[in-house]
Amino acid sequence: MTVKQIIVRGLAIAGLVLTSGLALAAGQYGPGVSDIEIKIGNTMPYSGPASAYGAIGKAEAAYFAMINEQGGINGRKINFISRDDGYSPPKTVEVVRKLVEEDQVLFIFNPLGTPPNTAIQGYLNDNKVPQLFVATGADKWNDPKHFPWTMGYQPSYRIEARIYGRYILKNLPAAKIAVLYQNDDFGKDYLIGLREGMGDKADKMIIATQTYETTDPTVDSQIVSLQGSGADVLLTAAVPKFAAQAIRKVYDIGWKPTHFMTNVSSSVGAVFRPAGPEKGIGIISAAYGKDPTDPQWKDAPDFKEWLAWMKKYNPSANVADANNVYGYGVAYLMVEVLKACGNDLTRENVMKQAASLHHLTGPMSLPGITISTSATDYAPFKQMQLEKFDGTTWQLFGEVISGGPGS
Amino acid sequence: MAEGFTVVAPEKVAVGRYAGLSTGSWRWIVALALIALASVLPFAVSNYHVFELTLVMIYAIAVLGLNILTGYNGQISLGHGAFFAAGAYTAAILMHHYGVPYWATVPPAAFICFALGVLFGLPALRFEGPYLALVTLAMALATPQLLKYFDTWTGGQQGINLIKPLPPPGLGIDRDRWLYLLVLAVLLLAMRIAANMLHGRTGRAFVAIRDQPIAAAAMGIHTARYKTLAFGTSTLFTGVAGALAAIVIGYVSPEGYSLFLSISFLVGSAVGGIATIGGAIVGGLFIQFVPNLANDISDAAPGAIYGLAMLLFMYAMPRGVVGSLGPWVARLMQQLERHRVGVRRK
Amino acid sequence: MHQLLQQIFSGLAAGAIYASLALALVMIYRATDLVNFAQGEMAMFSTYIAWTLVNAGLPFWGAFIITLLASFLGGMAIERVVIRPVENAPVLAAVVVTIGLALIFNSLAGWIYSYTVQDFQSPFPDRPLFGALITTRDLGVIGVTLVMLFLLFAFFRFTATGLAMRAAAQNPASARLCGVRVGRMLAIGWGLAAAIGAAAGIMVAPVLFLDPNMMGGVLVYAFAGALLGGITSPVGAVIGGLIVGVTENLVGTYLIASQLKLTVAFALIILVLVFRPNGLFGTAILRRV
Repeated sequence: MTVKQIIVRGLAIAGLVLTSGLALAAGQYGPGVSDIEIKIGNTMPYSGPASAYGAIGKAEAAYFAMINEQGGINGRKINFISRDDGYSPPKTVEVVRKLVEEDQVLFIFNPLGTPPNTAIQGYLNDNKVPQLFVATGADKWNDPKHFPWTMGYQPSYRIEARIYGRYILKNLPAAKIAVLYQNDDFGKDYLIGLREGMGDKADKMIIATQTYETTDPTVDSQIVSLQGSGADVLLTAAVPKFAAQAIRKVYDIGWKPTHFMTNVSSSVGAVFRPAGPEKGIGIISAAYGKDPTDPQWKDAPDFKEWLAWMKKYNPSANVADANNVYGYGVAYLMVEVLKACGNDLTRENVMKQAASLHHLTGPMSLPGITISTSATDYAPFKQMQLEKFDGTTWQLFGEVISGGPGS
Repeated sequence: MAEGFTVVAPEKVAVGRYAGLSTGSWRWIVALALIALASVLPFAVSNYHVFELTLVMIYAIAVLGLNILTGYNGQISLGHGAFFAAGAYTAAILMHHYGVPYWATVPPAAFICFALGVLFGLPALRFEGPYLALVTLAMALATPQLLKYFDTWTGGQQGINLIKPLPPPGLGIDRDRWLYLLVLAVLLLAMRIAANMLHGRTGRAFVAIRDQPIAAAAMGIHTARYKTLAFGTSTLFTGVAGALAAIVIGYVSPEGYSLFLSISFLVGSAVGGIATIGGAIVGGLFIQFVPNLANDISDAAPGAIYGLAMLLFMYAMPRGVVGSLGPWVARLMQQLERHRVGVRRK
Repeated sequence: MHQLLQQIFSGLAAGAIYASLALALVMIYRATDLVNFAQGEMAMFSTYIAWTLVNAGLPFWGAFIITLLASFLGGMAIERVVIRPVENAPVLAAVVVTIGLALIFNSLAGWIYSYTVQDFQSPFPDRPLFGALITTRDLGVIGVTLVMLFLLFAFFRFTATGLAMRAAAQNPASARLCGVRVGRMLAIGWGLAAAIGAAAGIMVAPVLFLDPNMMGGVLVYAFAGALLGGITSPVGAVIGGLIVGVTENLVGTYLIASQLKLTVAFALIILVLVFRPNGLFGTAILRRV
């Protein structure tokens, strides 16, 4: 070869290597991704009856703001687009279509509510858009065979209720059980889970149930009814406001059942203090995260970090509101998944990374509780620990329990 | 001759005419132009906007139903969300449990909602004003409870997921645009039927009952029959809208039919013009777009912006957009006609 | 038997809550012929003001008085600024304005105070009486409601302003000819209703727990109670509210599963209204041609 030919060939090879290297560095991009940003979509009820949960969306925005200030993920800033759906499924469909088709987001993150998520599940799976870490405790999000693009996050309500059911079978075998539950998918799941945990003893032992609507002013009448059934165990599947009312009424009428409380309403600051802390002594719940108003965590390093973040990035939010811990935790997980994607930011890879979590410890998780997923297991959190309220704080007891259907 | 006066034979300014055509004819021309525009629009915008506009038309049909009852017949209803839900669930149950094709679910929904409307219209005859408001409010509140209770049919809290309808093959358009045209056809049909009814004898009876019930009865108008008819027709329209909504959105659940929906319909009616037909479209636009805009303006307090928008619309146009603008347009046309003909006033 | 008594007393306690808001609704209706859909949200917002004052260190009754005064003035201001423009407009426009007002208050409260449930201590100690049938706090709510009822009744019956207000509502034109300042009457009516609502909210917050959606459900029951008793009668409003509370409790326990409690309770109320379309104590309005 002539010198000229060698040089030309060399340049060509160099050029090839260089561009392919650049191509590798530039990575694969799905919609909503560029060298400097990643667009994420989210729906939250910022208005309407479920507006209390809007705090989660705000917490997530605040967390991503912190990450962006620290340089973003692999040099890319997160563009978090969160819209209000008012907890109305038709609105959720509309908002999600806008996020996917107009805003061109990479995926939908932590949409809240079982009916809203049910409404968009078909659309997102048909269009191969990840529906990640949905903010509901329903069981059905762990179904990778039929809905490979939908993944849950928190331990489901049924898992929790099964844990209570098995505890009752083991420790209170002659119990007569009453259940107060919210008349929707959230409440009903507790009843179903309890029955599953008790197996064929369920019909005999569950002797009374009462429901309430979120538009009811109080649940006093239901509590009185349940006491009248003669039950000595009570399971309350209610959101904070009604849980506080229930705790207080149970005490006021002189009823002393073994009282199980849903994790959703286990916040010391948001439920037990308003109800009157002495009225909640002995109540049992299950948890997977640290309650920010529980004094036993005040020196824990992750709590201090969370508190500092609240003060700097989420100052208008209420420190007693557990939603702020929830939002912080799920946003952290999202960032970890995106970090693991590197420069391959396609929808397929996001889903793949989300389904490859191995014993990750989230901030503000209880000791011993980790996050794991696989191609056949789309439930990141499966473990909980039982705890009992002593008038000031939650006393954890027993072992970390894994609540799958078989266990 | 009197000072400063020039007597000029006044040119004959035809009232209600412009450029040789009556206002009626002009109305037709404008309407046809709008229909043509609406038919072509979906092909000029993205799928998402087509979907949004389809929802606008669905809400317009629902609001039209409310206009018939509350606007023309004077019976207030805070419960039209219940009939919207009835239509939606009729369609959903027929599609899900009986495999009925989506387009065939609309007539049964219409029929059932008409029957429900007559059924509720009968006891409603006893009530007026705030009492009627309470009765219809009770309907709106009972709806989610009833839907959750009869869960073998309605799917309870889980709702019913519906198969997405397929556009007819060979037409070459996608699902969103097909549904848009379908809903547009239903809307035009609904407006035509409403116009025929309301501009004819029935409509005059409705209005007479609304404004002077005693005189109307004295003149031989069978008040109970017409009021019940108004109720039934009204719920028929809203029920059809509900069925279409179920088909277009593809999912029904009790959370989608809260009291807020009924209130939204009432607000949409008022903003558009409660005793008008065209106002229903404005109402549909308001219900669909203003909450979204409110969310864009302020994600901290979107409800406040939405509420503020309601206030401002009511201050500026207390009879609704079409209700207030209608007379204004008529006057404008008369001015233009004067100007065109060149009437001189000295 | 004990169950039955307990349900009845729970119902009376809940009913007192509805009754107190129903009084405010009746007040507005008598003064302006309008149902104020924002009444509940205004009451809730006033309660937040009281809560802020109590948290800032004021004693309870001091905060109570200040909040009532502030609400009175606020109510008057709302009538002048927000309602006045649609006074001569069709009724529906005014209804939509009150709906918008309700949305605004609810949204603002959520934005300023967040949606977390807040603790509001009652001035009445929380001791159970009569063998846990009722607590002193519930009795406090009933007591305050009855006091307000009495004051309202006396106001309309025995004071000149009350009389002028009734005249202004029934026949503004004639009232003006008699020298009644109709505009001022309307404003005072709204102010009083806002103050009553504030008192209701403050009494009720310890029971229901304070959050922006506290009054949403209450408003519906209060509306039902007011109409059941007769929308023009304060006594009727209180009795109606109490009946609604007790009915709701008994229906849920004895008649039907709690999943249909609200539906059946409303059905019963409407059934009563079918036989007495103007409510139990309302006056039938005779229309002359």
